[in-house]
Amino acid sequence: MTPTLDVDALIDDPRTRVIVCCGSGGVGKTTTSAALAVRAAERGRRTVVLTIDPARRLAQALGLEALENEPGRVADVTTAPGGELHAMMLDMRRTFDEMVQTHSTPERADAILANPFYQTISSSFSGTQEYMAMEKLGQLAATGQWDLIVVDTPPSRSALDFLDAPQRMSNFLDGRMIRLLSAPARAGGRGLRKIVSAGFGLFAKAVSTILGGQMLADASAFVQAFDTMFGGFRERAEATYALLRSPGTAFLVVAAPEPDALREAAYFVDRLSAEGMPLAGLVLNRTHPVLAPLSATRARGVAENVRGAPLAAAVLRLHADRVDLAEREERLLTRFTGAHREVAVTRVPVVSGAVADLDGLREIGARLAADGDTGRAAAGRLRPAR
Amino acid sequence: MTPIGWPAALSAARLHVVTGKGGTGKSTVAAALALALATDGRRTLLVEVEGRQGIAQLFDSPPLPYEERKIAVAPGGGEVRALAVDAEAALLEYFELFYRLGMAGRTLRRMGAIEFATTLAPGLRDVLLTGKVKECVNRTGPDGRPAYDAVVLDAPPTGRVVSFLDVTKAMADLARSGPIHSQAEGVVQVLHSPLTVVHLVTLLEELPVTETLETVDELVAADLRPGALIVNRVRPQWLPDRSVAAAANGRVDAERIRAGLSSAGVDLPPDVIDGLVAETVEHAVRVNAESTALHRLAEGGEHPRLELPQLVDGVDLGSLYDLAAALVEQGVGGRALSGAGA
Repeated sequence: MTPTLDVDALIDDPRTRVIVCCGSGGVGKTTTSAALAVRAAERGRRTVVLTIDPARRLAQALGLEALENEPGRVADVTTAPGGELHAMMLDMRRTFDEMVQTHSTPERADAILANPFYQTISSSFSGTQEYMAMEKLGQLAATGQWDLIVVDTPPSRSALDFLDAPQRMSNFLDGRMIRLLSAPARAGGRGLRKIVSAGFGLFAKAVSTILGGQMLADASAFVQAFDTMFGGFRERAEATYALLRSPGTAFLVVAAPEPDALREAAYFVDRLSAEGMPLAGLVLNRTHPVLAPLSATRARGVAENVRGAPLAAAVLRLHADRVDLAEREERLLTRFTGAHREVAVTRVPVVSGAVADLDGLREIGARLAADGDTGRAAAGRLRPAR
Repeated sequence: MTPIGWPAALSAARLHVVTGKGGTGKSTVAAALALALATDGRRTLLVEVEGRQGIAQLFDSPPLPYEERKIAVAPGGGEVRALAVDAEAALLEYFELFYRLGMAGRTLRRMGAIEFATTLAPGLRDVLLTGKVKECVNRTGPDGRPAYDAVVLDAPPTGRVVSFLDVTKAMADLARSGPIHSQAEGVVQVLHSPLTVVHLVTLLEELPVTETLETVDELVAADLRPGALIVNRVRPQWLPDRSVAAAANGRVDAERIRAGLSSAGVDLPPDVIDGLVAETVEHAVRVNAESTALHRLAEGGEHPRLELPQLVDGVDLGSLYDLAAALVEQGVGGRALSGAGA
């Protein structure tokens, strides 16, 4: 029997300081983060949610019309005493700029910000968004202002990118390679040179033929200017990494009931456990629980025999489809839990349409807390007035 | 919106780029399209560029190396080959070819030098990937005819596909001359010619439709040709049309359902009827949202549209053939209009 993820216990626990929502693209991470934050605030915690690239209406619901890069208070949240909700949207470029300014002299910072290569790195390097999300989380945590920080993660194809990107970026920025490229004769030490000397000169030549001398010169200037502040960068990245591993942090892996999303979730769960990072559980998003106990076979059989009642026949057929779908979703979940028995799960029944306002987020929050497989609760809420 | 179908212009294309918002099933659709286009003795190549071994998973085969491998037989004796392009391997291929790096190349790869070079110039990675694809599209066999009747590219998702295909822009990162530059010029030619179309996979949901429409505009602005809009995971609509609007507003006549069931000799307890009513409301809300989404797609312009059904049991190898058959039925790969091999 799979343990149930008790979302309210998690967000109410004062020891929970950071919740990171991760998962592959398109599974509803941003909405889940926002819904958790609204619920936590309304249950009395001083909460901030860091969202990455929310859909327009979700952003509006959180009062995020402009990209401020600092949390703003969300009005209209009726919180229990002590509760507050603040929200922000990550501005990757600005976070990076501010980091450079913090860790450098003004002159040096200006030189870095003006470097064309910095502009490439800060806007389009594949790990920048992840790195800056981590940096922002570190900043928010450092203020000590928040009971709870809920973090959305960038929409990468793989949930693992979130953990790998900062390291990739660090490796890149530490500049060993660029020094080799711009001055292959001096860099790297004797041993390294020996190994690659046969090819490195040629490689440097090839790279500069392909990329052009100007780019290498820009890159080299950038790395040299960056060198002095790199230690500071790395220290911060390490501090944030330590925060992620601390007991106050809870990772929630979000997945849709689809094979790809659950496969990514499984990779991510394995990885978290290998890294010693605290996993709270799996949010299985957008499920279709059966609300009436009637088998698909029986429903289809009865539909065949209904006479002169097209509505009843349609209702039976759509019910049968729903039973098939729910069974498929449970099968996929079983495949996941079979290999990860210890992982607590909550199912979030699908809400039709995009979430447009705080009420929509509250509804998702309620479903997150209810573990939707009971279905009854959902049926009760959806019951139309008659 | 144009009715469902596959106009002649799409049959004339040889490079079929497939994109879609994450979670819409673009890789599955790309695989089904490669199968459909290989029907009746043709040969297609299915290419992936994101290093995720999605093709191998779909076709239930071991991970693909960096070489073209036969992966499936299409109905009527056709053949699908598959290739997982890897930017680093493609770059080493160049270095081998133009600079004779040999063993040193592999050492450099181990050191991360290749990744470094592609990181330095993000455009380089895309130029390398599209370069390999172009080479496959243009390759001819001993008889002088194209080696592949069609190449299907499982491309990056909608958010990134235009910058991926806009090689002209990526070339700004690169030196103004040299082998990669001339290669890139060839890529630009193919991608902006009628040989290339970009199909967009969507679901009938708000966000995927929004992204699809935005991407169509971006493609046109970048002088790339949008192909078909492929609506994936279409689910049956059971309710009579006249009942949908009321049901979506929560008005479902439980008494009529109960009476209808009685006509078949079935009496269900009230709570079961309530559950059925709740499911019906959800179904109607979804049907309504889908028809709104379809309208928005239609207003987005005259694009050919294809539909693929939701597969209840998920996608396995057998169901890929079902999806391919559904595409063929809607006109994909119309025989008379095919290019080589006809």
